[in-house]
Formats: sequence, structure tokens, C-alpha cells
Amino acid sequence: MKSNKLERVDYQFILDVVTPNANVLDLGCGDGLLLELLAHRKEVKGLGLEIEDSCIHSCMEKGLSVLHMDLDTGLVDFPDKSFDYVILNQTLQQLKEPHKVLEEGMRVGHHIIVGFPNFCHISARCSIFFTGRVPITRSLPYNWYDTPNLHFLSILDFEIYCQRKGFRIENSFFYSENSPVGVFPNLLARDAIFVLSR
Amino acid sequence: MDSPSPINPNKPYATSPIGFVQTRYVTFEEGLTLECGEVLAPLTLAYETYGALNEDKTNAIVIEHALTGDAHVAGIYTNQDKKPGWWEDMVGPDKAFDTNKYFIICSNILGGCKGSTGPSSINPKTNKPYGLSFPAITISDMVNAQIKLLDYLGISKVLSVAGGSMGGMQALDWFIRHPERIHSAIPIATTVIHSPQQIAFNEVGRQAIMSDPEWNEGNYYETGQPAKGLAVARMLGHITYMSDVSMKEKFGRETRKADKPFKFTAEFEVESYLHYNGGTFVNRFDANTYLYITKAMDMYDPTGGKKLAEVLKGNSAKLLVISFESDWLYPTYQSLDIIRACKAAGVDVSFMEIESTYGHDAFLIEFDDQARLIKNFLKRVTEMTRKGDGYEI
Repeated sequence: MKSNKLERVDYQFILDVVTPNANVLDLGCGDGLLLELLAHRKEVKGLGLEIEDSCIHSCMEKGLSVLHMDLDTGLVDFPDKSFDYVILNQTLQQLKEPHKVLEEGMRVGHHIIVGFPNFCHISARCSIFFTGRVPITRSLPYNWYDTPNLHFLSILDFEIYCQRKGFRIENSFFYSENSPVGVFPNLLARDAIFVLSR
Repeated sequence: MDSPSPINPNKPYATSPIGFVQTRYVTFEEGLTLECGEVLAPLTLAYETYGALNEDKTNAIVIEHALTGDAHVAGIYTNQDKKPGWWEDMVGPDKAFDTNKYFIICSNILGGCKGSTGPSSINPKTNKPYGLSFPAITISDMVNAQIKLLDYLGISKVLSVAGGSMGGMQALDWFIRHPERIHSAIPIATTVIHSPQQIAFNEVGRQAIMSDPEWNEGNYYETGQPAKGLAVARMLGHITYMSDVSMKEKFGRETRKADKPFKFTAEFEVESYLHYNGGTFVNRFDANTYLYITKAMDMYDPTGGKKLAEVLKGNSAKLLVISFESDWLYPTYQSLDIIRACKAAGVDVSFMEIESTYGHDAFLIEFDDQARLIKNFLKRVTEMTRKGDGYEI
């Protein structure tokens, strides 16, 4: 296995978390870059779910298995615990019913890895407080009228949610501008990734 | 479900990068034991091949034709041909089924009328065409006949088996019943099991044929086809192969000069199209074959009453399932039923619903996405077989 560091810190974190030869489902796998890395470096057996046509082709070009389907209902038919890891990196906020998908993720996976943009990053807070406008930041780059994000949450919101649902936080990683954030993540991290189990 | 453009006498002669091809015939004197228990002997299969079989015979791919197709997938027979094979855009050098890499085989189905044994073949017991004395055949019988062809060609395992519509049902049959003979399958615009709607359309087609007095209980080989009934069956078929949008785009409400006085002649372009295609179909297709193979599709159910997921469990062949958005004859939900079963059974599957307005015909028209998916999938399957890293059963 190669040890060279990746350009994206979130991918590096996920790569470090996932155990070799694991069964991985990437919900909203995009162009398949993460699954390809996991396949090459951790020899995982991967499957991607995507809704974008162009992403299906990118995944197929990379030699990945990919299913063209709606993410909100995509987990339903998998048997219990059929994956070691279910990954939802930067997908959660775009789902219609994220709570249902998280529940389903917990059912079909031993662990779920959830990455999302932190809506309460200091730049977002400043934008609302000082300019009175809905924030447009590097991790939330959309206007209110064209954003694919349906849900806005903070790191704290997610931690409280996990506590209420009884999801165990096994690991977490906070970052901004592709660099790790150590202190006050809910204020200073633009993005977060959690590894959960039940 | 062939190319829908009426043949223009001024149309230039077809060319093909694959060049000249020929149909071959093989006869198995011992015949084939059918699912119904009868032995059909002798069994002749008409087939074509493209590309070269490699030394260890590991680069073969089987293509399955649809209801009214034949073994002539690609290439031309002579420089007088007006059109090449039915999947010319998909099969050839550097195409999805790349003949520089793969050895492509397609045979006319058992029960067909394009060179393989079917109801219009001579029954050796009577020295007359079989007609309705031809035994009931199934999709699995068609596949079993092709397995005989593979054995004859000395190929133990193919890289893939691919086909659309009824060809897709055969591809699924290979996948479900003969996973040891394939590394992968590509069922396109198809289903594991016909819905009542699909059966209903087929039944109307069959009734059109059988209610034509010329059909004569299938005994028409001396007197001529039940041309009217078969043409109506084909017209109905064409409607189900298109979509509302594709018909609007193709025909609109354009009219032709009508005969005066008004006598219900074909006025609209769409009527004229259906009449033309119904008429030409009669010259190239056997009515009894239409009855036998539509019935084979309707009866097909490889699950044996079990859940499909149970049937697929432990199947290590790879699957690429493709559907088309506007296909209302074989709607995407039927492909998703296959995907659902694969998910539950842990089968390695990829799936895409291709955007298209062409309806069911899309698998014979929409080549860009289809070719790209298949090309990449076959590349991956080839790499896996070369590695031999546990992907073999």
C-alpha cells in the first residue's frame, strides 16, 4: 500500500479510517475518485451510488461498480450490515430526508462516515450578523436560489443529533481550507467528518 | 425493432468498417432437448462472428438479438447492401464491442426464421414445414441452443453476453442459469419477467395473426403468409417501441395527399409509416415465429417461484444493467427490480438509466452513452479475468 499523502485532507482521513479489504458503499460517490483511491490503496470492494449521468460514466471509466439511482431511497434493499463502511461525504445536506438515510446507513453498514459543511463557521456567522445576508462561503458557495443544499447544520447540531439517536462517535475530523482544525471546530472548521457506529 | 427508416431506392449502398461478413450455419444432428421435454432434431443455428478468437479462446462475447432481429449484427454481405447489420454502430473496430479486441458471436435464435431451426423449417418426420407441430420453446431453450454453439466453437467461458429487449432476457438467462459460462452479462432495456401489459401487447399481436384466415392454423407455407395479421402485429409492435415524444418529433401531424373521396387511407405520416413497416415486415418475417417467440417471452420466469434475490445469491458474474428513460414497454422499474435483487444477493452490478426520448427503440438508436458504458465495463471485465484474482468461480 502506498503511503504518499493525498491532496484532499478529507480523503486522507477517510483513507486512514477504512480498513483494508473492507466492503464500502459510497452514497453520492461523485466522479468516483474516493472509491478509486480506496480500491487502489486499501483494496476495498467498493460500490457507488450516484444520480448524475456524467458521474456514472466517470465511475465506469475508473472500473468501479456504480448504480444510477436516487440517494434517498438507494439503501433500502441492501441487507443488514452488508457493508463495513457507508460513506456520505458532502452528501448529507443534499438529501431530502437525511435522518432516514442515516438510519438506513446504520442498518446496512457497520460504520458510517459522514462529512458535511459546517453552517456555523465563523465566516457564516459574520455574514449573517454583520451583513444580514445568508452566507456564501468556500464550503457553502451557493446562492439561496441555486443551492443544492436542503439542510443546514452545524457541527454541534450533528453531535447533539448523534447523542439523541444513540449513534456512537468513533472518530471525527475537522478541517478548513484543506487543513485540519484542532480547536473550536464549530467556530473554525468549515467542514467536518464523523465516523459513527451504533 | 429494426432501423425505422423506409428504404429509399436512391439510398446509397452501405459501407461498414467491419467490411464483408457472412452467415455460417451449424447443424447438430442429435438436436436439443427442450424444456418441454421434446427433442428437437436436427437443430440448425445460423450465426455470424466478427473479430478474431484469441489463442486461449478467452475474448469471446455473445450478442443476443431482439424479437425480430437476426444474426447479422454488423458488417455487410455485398457492396450492394443498402444497410449494414442491426447493431452496426456498437460492433466494429474501436466501437463498444471492439472487434480489434473481442470475438463477437451472434446467432439467430432457436425458433427464428433467419436460418436457425424454427416453425418454418422442414420437419424431417413429415418433410413439410413444422408449422404448429413445432414444439413450444422457451428463452432458456434459446440459450441452451447457443451453449451448443459455444461448445462447438470450443469456447468454455465468454467475457460477456449482451442484448436488448428479448436479447436482454436471454442475457439474464445466461446470468441466472449459466454463470459458470460467463464472466459478465449486459441486459439492456429488458426485464426478468413480463408484466401483464407486455403480455397484453403480445397477445394482441398474436390475435391479429391468428384471426387472419390466411393463417390457417399455422399451415400457410404453400399458400402464403397471413400478411394482414402479421402486418397489424408489427404495427402494434412499432407503436410500443416508440414514445409519445419520439412519434411527435418523427411524424408530427404531417399528412400526405389523401385519396379523394375519403376512404380511410393512410393520411397521416405516422399511418403511412406503420403501413409501410407492417408491409415490409411480412416479406422478411415468419408469422409462426412471431407467435412462438412472443409466447416464449411471455412465459419466461427464471425464478421458479422464488425471490429473484434468492436465485442470484452466490452469483459471481458481473452485471451491467441499462435502461432508457422514455421506454414504457420495458420501463426502468423493471431494471430496478433486477438491481434490487442484486443488492439483496450481493451481486456485483452497475446500472444506468440513459436519458432518451426514443422509447424502447433507444437501445438501437442511442449509442453514445450506451457505447461508453459498455466499453468501460468490458475493459474492466477483461482486466479482472486477466488478473484472475479470485474473480473466477
